[in-house]
Amino acid sequence: MQWESWSAFWDMGGFAAFVWGSYGVTALLVVGELILVMRRRRDTVRRLLRLRRATAAGVNGRRAFEEIVE
Amino acid sequence: MIKDMDKPERSKSLLRFAAPQMFYPLAGRLAPWFAAAAVIFVGIGIWLGFFVAPTDAQQGEVYRVIYIHVAAAWMSMFVYLLMAFWSAVGLVMNTRLSFIMAQALAPTGAMFCFVALWTGALWGKPTWGAYWVWDARLTSQLLLLFLYLGFMALTRAIEDPRRADKAGAIIALVGAINVPIIYFSVKWWNTLHQGASVSLNKAPSMATTMLVGMLVMAIAAWAYTIAITLWRVRSLILERERHTEWVAAELNALEGKV
Repeated sequence: MQWESWSAFWDMGGFAAFVWGSYGVTALLVVGELILVMRRRRDTVRRLLRLRRATAAGVNGRRAFEEIVE
Repeated sequence: MIKDMDKPERSKSLLRFAAPQMFYPLAGRLAPWFAAAAVIFVGIGIWLGFFVAPTDAQQGEVYRVIYIHVAAAWMSMFVYLLMAFWSAVGLVMNTRLSFIMAQALAPTGAMFCFVALWTGALWGKPTWGAYWVWDARLTSQLLLLFLYLGFMALTRAIEDPRRADKAGAIIALVGAINVPIIYFSVKWWNTLHQGASVSLNKAPSMATTMLVGMLVMAIAAWAYTIAITLWRVRSLILERERHTEWVAAELNALEGKV
């Protein structure tokens, strides 16, 4: 074990801001990317389901919807 | 060769995954396993890096940034090469899925590229006295970030998917020249950035536990990249294939669940 105590661990020999700033931002970005990918999945499926309902409603409905989508 | 010819069914069965319809369910099945592997390897890597590896004699504790910095930097370069590879395959074989793979990889590559720059800045300040210097390694890595962002902006800005695929493929292939420049920059120019931490032809310049911790974190970055890319590619495939029968069937199955 490298550390005398937990406070020594969190202090990182005086470099806490640099070490935890690196790990913290990386963790945030990874979690953020996971959330974005999950949300994208949900949004894509919902949009395609809406698109299909609009298509079922008729060609005009579909054209209007494609304009909204793209 | 003869052995390969004996088993045509096998190569066929692997190639069929080049069809988006086949790859979509495969990606969904594989992604959770790679995500689980990423979690396990990050756990082991953090434990090795913070609790087993010793303090660095010259830099003190700040060197522990290395466990993400190196993994992220390697990943950012490798993901770009993968994008270039899939782009080349797409241009030569005209396979839709190849271009989609390249586009699914880009955001994660950009993320790792930013992480490499960010952690490098936080490591540079206490060791070099500056968050940023315009040396060859740092500048070419910054260019890599712009290449990622340019690729993403371009493929999203062009409405026709076929044209977007081709334009993106050209950026990916041309930009790939930058990757060996990043990698060898520390040899070719006099840089403030230190040389390669790991090389095949000389003994590692660091303690074994440090090296193992770094490699474990690199494996974790790999597993994470594969998992998140497989999840992202599923959305891209659904969008591209939305006029097909199989996506209609998939939407039937998803109706009311999302």
